[in-house]
This record gives sequence, C-alpha cells and structure tokens, in this order.
Amino acid sequence: MKVKMISRNPDHYVRETKLQNHRMPRNFDPELHPMETAREYVRALNATKLERVFAKPFVGNLSGHRDGVACFGKHPKYLSTLATGAYDGEIRIWDLANRISVRNFVAHDGFVRGIVYSSNGDRFFTVGDDKTIKVWNNAVPDLGEEEEPVNTILSRTILTDISHHRNEQIYATCGEVCAIWDENRNDPLKTLKWGVDTLHSVAFNQVETSLLSCCASDRSIILYDQREAQPLRKIVLTMKSNKLAWNPMEAFNFTVANEDCNLYTFDTRQLRNPLKIHFDHVSAVTDVDYSPTGKEFVTGSYDKTIRIYNVHQSHSREIYHTKRMQHVVCIAWSLDNRYIFSGSDEMNIRMWKANASEKLGVIKPRERVAFNYQEKLKEKFAAHPQIKRIARHRQVPKHVLNAQRKMRAIKNKEKVKEANVRKHSKPGKVPFVSEKKKPVLREDV
Amino acid sequence: MPDDEGSDQKPPRRGGPKRYFQSPVAEEDVKPIKLKSASQQNFSGEIIKVEQDKQVPFRKAFHRKGTAHKQNKISSSDVNKKHKIPKDTLKKYHKGPKVRTKGVKTKFFKEKQERKEVYLEYATEQAARTEILLTERQGFIEPDEEELTAQYRQEEIAQNVDILSASKHFKLNLDFGPYSMRYTKNGRHLLLGGRRGHVAAFDWVTKKLLCEMNVMEEVVDVSWLHVHTMFACAQKDWVYIYDSQGTELHCVKRLYRVNCMEFLPYHFLLATGNKDGYASWLDVSIGELISNFNTKLGDIRIMHQNPGNGVLCIGGGKGVVSMWSPKVREPLAKMLCHSTPISALTVDPKGKYMVTAGQDRKVKVWDIRALKGPMVSYQLRLPANQVVVSQRGSLAYSQGTYCEIQSNLLIGKEARTPYLRQTCDSFVHGLRFCPYEDILGIATAKGFQSMLVPGSGEPNYDALEDNPYQTKTQRREHEVHALLEKIPPELITLDPNEISAVDVPTLQEKVDAKGALFHLKPPKIDFKSRHKMKGRGGSAKASRNKQIVKDLKRKEFIEDVKKSKRTVFNQHTKNSNDFIPLETSEPSVLDRFKSKAAKKK
Repeated sequence: MKVKMISRNPDHYVRETKLQNHRMPRNFDPELHPMETAREYVRALNATKLERVFAKPFVGNLSGHRDGVACFGKHPKYLSTLATGAYDGEIRIWDLANRISVRNFVAHDGFVRGIVYSSNGDRFFTVGDDKTIKVWNNAVPDLGEEEEPVNTILSRTILTDISHHRNEQIYATCGEVCAIWDENRNDPLKTLKWGVDTLHSVAFNQVETSLLSCCASDRSIILYDQREAQPLRKIVLTMKSNKLAWNPMEAFNFTVANEDCNLYTFDTRQLRNPLKIHFDHVSAVTDVDYSPTGKEFVTGSYDKTIRIYNVHQSHSREIYHTKRMQHVVCIAWSLDNRYIFSGSDEMNIRMWKANASEKLGVIKPRERVAFNYQEKLKEKFAAHPQIKRIARHRQVPKHVLNAQRKMRAIKNKEKVKEANVRKHSKPGKVPFVSEKKKPVLREDV
Repeated sequence: MPDDEGSDQKPPRRGGPKRYFQSPVAEEDVKPIKLKSASQQNFSGEIIKVEQDKQVPFRKAFHRKGTAHKQNKISSSDVNKKHKIPKDTLKKYHKGPKVRTKGVKTKFFKEKQERKEVYLEYATEQAARTEILLTERQGFIEPDEEELTAQYRQEEIAQNVDILSASKHFKLNLDFGPYSMRYTKNGRHLLLGGRRGHVAAFDWVTKKLLCEMNVMEEVVDVSWLHVHTMFACAQKDWVYIYDSQGTELHCVKRLYRVNCMEFLPYHFLLATGNKDGYASWLDVSIGELISNFNTKLGDIRIMHQNPGNGVLCIGGGKGVVSMWSPKVREPLAKMLCHSTPISALTVDPKGKYMVTAGQDRKVKVWDIRALKGPMVSYQLRLPANQVVVSQRGSLAYSQGTYCEIQSNLLIGKEARTPYLRQTCDSFVHGLRFCPYEDILGIATAKGFQSMLVPGSGEPNYDALEDNPYQTKTQRREHEVHALLEKIPPELITLDPNEISAVDVPTLQEKVDAKGALFHLKPPKIDFKSRHKMKGRGGSAKASRNKQIVKDLKRKEFIEDVKKSKRTVFNQHTKNSNDFIPLETSEPSVLDRFKSKAAKKK
C-alpha cells in the first residue's frame, strides 16, 4: 500500500531567524475566503470612515503680509516658489518647503493686481494700480543691493490683470483694453478692444497657446486670438464674471467664476449654453484655478470658503474653511497637483492639501498598496447608502448653512411663482426654459 | 472657430514635445481603439517582468552580441506565449457571468463597463495562474492489488506514513465522558468537554496542554472563540467563557440551558440553541446579545452553521431543516429533508452542500445554495447519529460505535464500500475533521481518538486567513484585523453576495406599490388666509375662501389619481413584461373559497 498524508515540514513554514520575514504562503482559492463580498463591504466602510477621520486638509499658514492678499504667481519650474502680492503694493516670494518668505519689497503704489512668471521662470511681471508693469529678476539681489525692477513700463491705461504666453516671450494685460506685449519692448504689440467697459481678468490658454480671454465688467466674456487684429467672440451673462481659468488639458474648455454664486464651464465651440453649472457657493465666487490634471478645479469665494469641484459635476466634492479665514480673494492649485493655496482678506496665505485625507511624507510600498486597495474598495461600494452618506457629509459653517437654506427658499419661491404664472396664462405662453440656457443672455460674433 | 484657424497659421515651435492635437494625421485616418479580450491583450504584469529579467543571462548577452540578441528575442516571446490554464481551474476562480452592456445608456459607461470586464478577466486569470505556486499536494491511499482501502486498519496506515504523521494517530482514554470536541479554525488546537465536567484544551500536534480542569458541573457543548486563548463552555445552566489558562472570564446568564453552540468567526457571533427552542446570537467582541428569540421548534439539539454565509441550520423533529439569521424572526428557508426526525446535520466547509441524516437510515446530500436536492441519498443499515464533511469533501458518519468515511460526498447513490472504516470502543458523540490536516477527530463516551484519513484536508493554507504556524504577534495582529473587518449581523443572508447585487424590487413590493396607487389618501390642506385690513376680511369670508381652496385641491387630487389609474390600466396588459395579476377574471380552482359577494363580482 502507498499512503501520502499532509505532512508539513515546519522548516518550510517557520522562519529560521528573527532577521527573516515571516513565511506567508498564500492560496487564493475563493473557497478558502468565504463571505468575500460582505468582508469587502466592511473594509470599504472602514476605509470611508478612516478617510473622514484623517481628513485634515490644512497644512500651514504663511503670514507676513501687512494687508490683504490680492494675487498669486506660480513659478513654472520650482514647486517650492510662490509669489504673492498684497493690497499695499508689497510683493513677497515664499519658500513653501520651509514656509518662510525669502524676499519682500514694495512694488507698486496701491494694489498689486497681478503677478506672472515668464515661461522660463527667470523673471516675473507685476501690474499694479499705479498703471505700471514692472519686470523683476527671479534671482535674489546680492547683499546690500536694493530691490529694483529690471524694467518699468508706464501704461497709458489702468491695468487690472496680467497673463503670460505658454512658451513665447509674450504677455497680455487688461484694463480698459486688452494689450499684447513683447517682453523686450516697452510698447504693446497690439491692443484689442470690444466695447467701452473695463476688463478685469485675462487668461492665456495653455494648450491652444494663441487664444486668450477676458472678463469684462459689462458682464461679458470676450475671446481673443493673439495673432488677430480683432476679438473673436463675446458672450454676455446675467451677472459679472470675476475670473476665468482655462482647462490645462482640454484646450477648448474654460470655467468662469461668477458673481451669482455659480461657476460656469463653457466649451468654446458652443458658447450659447454652458457645459456645466457648478453650484454650492453662497456668495460671489472670486477666483478659480484648475488642477494640472484638468480634472478638477478649486474656487475661492466671498462666503469665506474654498470648494473643490470635479469638472463634470455640478456640486463640489470638498469644502475647506476655518474660523479665521475671511473672504477668499485668490486661489491657486500647485503644479504637482497636491496642494492648494488661498489668499484672503485677513493677510494670510493658507496652504491646503488637495486631497484632504492624503498622507504626507514618504509612503512605503506596502502602505501605497494598502491605500490603492482602499481607494478601489471605496469606488466599488460608493453607491451604498451608508458609505455614500459618510463620504458626502461635511461640516459647514453656520452662516453658509443659513445662506444655503435661504437660497433654497428663494429658488423654490421662484419655481412656485413660475408655475403659478404658467397656470394662469394661455398654454404655451410661458415656455419652459432649461436652467442651462438662463445664464447666457447673448452671444456676439 | 479660433482652434481651427490657429493650427495652420502658427509659427513652428522651438523644440519641446508636440501636443496631441497637432498630429499630422487627419481625423478620418485615426482608427478607434478597440478593446480586446484579456487573452488577446498583452498585459505585462509584474510576474512576467520578473521572469523576463531572469531569463536573460547577462554574461551571454555581453559576450556574444549577435546570438545573444537572438536568444533574448526567443526568450521574451516564450514568456509572452503564456501557457494555457486548464478550464476547470479558471472556472474555480471565475467571478460569475459578465455584466451585459446592452442596457447601459451612454457609450461612455458602456465602454467603462467593458474595460472593467477585461480587467476582471485578467485578474481571474492571474489568480488561476498562482496555483502552480502551491507547494503541498493532497493525500491519498493507493491500495495494493486485490485489496481495498476499507480493509486497512489505522495501525497499518500509521506504519506506512512518516513519523510526524504517525504521531497524529493517538487515542485518549478519559473517564468523564461522553465527550464533545472542537478544533480551532486553523486546526492547531483541540478542545474537549466531558459531560461530567471535564474540560481540556491542548495543542494536539505537539500534545502540549493549555489547560485541564473539572468545572464540577455538566458540560453540554464546547466551542473555541476567534482565537485559541478563549473558549466557551455550555454548562448545566449557563454558558461560561474561559481563557486558555482555565480562568473563568465570563458567565453569560442570558444563555440559559444551552444545548449546542456554533461560533461564526467572521461575525464574532456565538450562536446557541437551547432546550426551550430559543436561538441566540452573542456578539463576543462587545459582549452583547445581538438577537434572542424563540424558534418554536422545541428543544434544539441539532444545529450547524453554514460556513459559506453564516446562516444557522437547525434540524427539527419533523424532518425539517430551517435556516435562521439573527435579524429575521422567521426562518429564511425551510427544507423538508426526511420523513422522520433528523438525527444529524452538517454543511460542508465551502458552504455548497448540506448533509442530513434521519431516523429513516438515510443520508442525503443537498445543494444548499439552490435549496435543491437531494443530489445523493445513501441508504444505511442503521441511522447515522453524526455526519461531517471535510474541506476536500470527504464524508464521515457514525452509527453507534461504528464510523465510516466516504472519500467524496457526491460519489454515488448506493452506499458502496467505504473509503475507510473504524470501530470505536464506545458510542461516538462527536465527529470533526481537523482543518488543513488529514485527521478525523472522534469523541466517544470513553474518550477521544484521532484517525488518519489521507486526502481529507486542504493541503495549502492561506496564511492571511488561517495560519497553523502562527506566532504570538501574528495572532494578535490577525485578531485586530479580524475585529476591524467584523461583518455586521444584518449581512447574514442566504446569498452571501447580496450586498453587491442590484436592488431589484421584489414581486411583493411591486404588487404593494401598484396597490398603493388605488388607496391614496387625499392630502391635508393647511390653508391660512392672508390677514386683511379691517372691514375687508372677516371670519365668514375667510372660512368661505378656505372651503373654496380645499374643494379646488380635492378636485385636483381626484383628477390626478384618475389620470394615474388610467395610465396604469392602459399599461397593465397581459403582454407587458412586468404583468402582475391584481385580480384575475379567469376561473380558478381556489374560487370555491371565495365569499358569495366576491363571487358575484
């Protein structure tokens, strides 16, 4: 007779010395892993709860400005450099890794309105309320030398914003007109004008690099081509747009931050109705900036909160707020897609994590694997009511909550009123207009 | 459009990568990428990469450039040409049929779902591929010519195996019987409880005693908890929990006169059935009684958990097996298995089959997932009083002092010559296969004996699930992880994957929803008349206005109901796929039970 029995040699299953890792033989046979789905569900629930537990988005505070922060300039090459301008004309350059300001000087009389770095990052340009464009070296001046601009250009009109071309030595300013400048010349290459009103925000497209657009105070958004003599087209919204940001990955999409608490994402090929309306803010949206992946954007608002939106979704996925943060004036998403900077009225610059529960610092491979697994589980069970509720819940400041209630009441009231009007008028006289069509009043070519 | 005009007028760029939209290929020439199935797709998983690195000998490649290049090519193609996986292996790891994308509305989600299926297929394949890494093989007995395995006695088998395995065959003569017994989930420790108070816990492989004591009271049943440092004892009145030193940790007085106990390791529930017919579930992690109710089955003596979904199967005196979940007061399912009282009951460790034995001297195997059967029915000479199934599907049953083992529970209709047989010196009170070992433990009236059954146990364990060679720190870590992943008792259902299924309304819910349409209550109208200045209003006018508004609303409501009813009736044709007969006009056999008034209708 021949007999074989399971007889495990412990030498193959137990480690020899303490310096070795434990031997962990695996067998992926599904029958040895009963109730797999229920266990995965519990894991997903735990992962979602832990995500909320570890959601501590506030990284740090950069204090130093003596007046409200007005604008940001992101360095195109150094992640740890950020330039900020304040209401009192002071500019500070920050070393973000050490959270200290390395340079500070007064650049303008009155507000600093805009800062941009040149495409190679050697210089930066500032515009201010004193109608000047100043060019500064990125390098810190030697010891004992005073901070002096490399060049100062006196503009004939007021200047409200500045934006730099992606790769050429060209930048654009706006004010009464939109002007295109060469870095090496003191006069604008061309000026573009449509109507008489002032423009308060300009942005170059980073992909389709000759395209730029402005927000005007007559509630319009104007598209220009830098190579053409005339503006391309214009749309007029119901309320003024404060800021405009182009999607860095999808050349034809841009998002505007509007005074009516909403943001609108437009497709340049179809300006008549926006692709998406982004709700949730309860006061004017002051600034918007895209993440470098083009999948999300961050907004700052007058309601003292910051929100993060998915480009394809109407409601925000995240809200950041602190007790001390006042009206958010400017916002920026760092180029490594990990941090968000916000500048607010009360002179502080705040650094936030883009993903609130992300672990900072070195992550070991096994940890990384565990995080990836958790991510996947959360995605798999995202639709389950309990998990959904936990993942969605956010604590919101009281004033925001009250304002939300009020806005909801107003919206309901309008709905009821419209329904009543429709009921008491001739059929077909009061048409149904989609929400998307309402914000755009007209399009001019 | 600005985009179109810009592309050809633009000055040439100074270096830098080209952007995707600048490609010289016209849009019509670009072919859409089609998704391939996993077998056609060239995944370069990590395993393959490692093999590639190994197969290219560095020196050869260095010295003979020409040939080495060739060799390199061959080896990489060899690696890419994956060897085929047997179909039944793939089937074992298969996660069920694909989601049909036909009903998916948008192209985007359709493609997303298709891509997901490709990944799933790949994952299944990878899991199946890991099977070649398993080191241990299943045991067996190969009889000599003209001999049968059934005629080998245990001593003979023990002589023919290695010393380590032979030492696993042993017998304990104990005086406090009859005994009940349990193995831990990883098969390392053994717990014995004698009816006359004797309780012993030990590592049965090394024969190291953890504790031994006499509780000076009747011991009805014993059970390990989630680790080998704690066990529960159902004693004369209450259930006690002891640690591995034999120290009494708890006395659970809520569990009164318990007959049988089962521990659900993934739910941390100690399920008990008592003499009055109460089934109770005790959460041992928080010490709370999750559920406790009367099953109305009378004295619960035969109880077994279904390891595949955590449902409790209780065998009753009427030949019925009922299945219970802690959060549902009625049985989830009832199966009439025998025409006589049930004498023994077990569910196989995979949760696929249930085996029942009755006083009618039959042993039947049922498909417990489909609640169908019997798949196989054996006729024995005596009724079986214990049945168990091993991890690899060996079936053991005892009849009085005699034990028989069939190598596979689905082998055939007739109870043929068994695989192995054994006669014990006294009545068999407990049978259990040891997990991950080829051992059958037999607890009798006079002690315990351990029997060698080659081929019954699972040879390859998963160390993250159950590890027989667990160290102390590993055990602690495992305990913490298990506690974090404790499945809530609400998830104990017949289908363990119900939580991931789509929530489709049941027929009953559909009927209720349709019925609710016809029994709507008119809404309450809370009308407050506007305050009017003096002389303009008056209470009479206000009440009249109120009445007008109320009437208007009621009229509107009735109209709405009428409208919805009409649409329902129009849609509710026999040909529609969700047809539910609300009231049938066709004559039925059951019409005779209708009242006269109903008949007239």
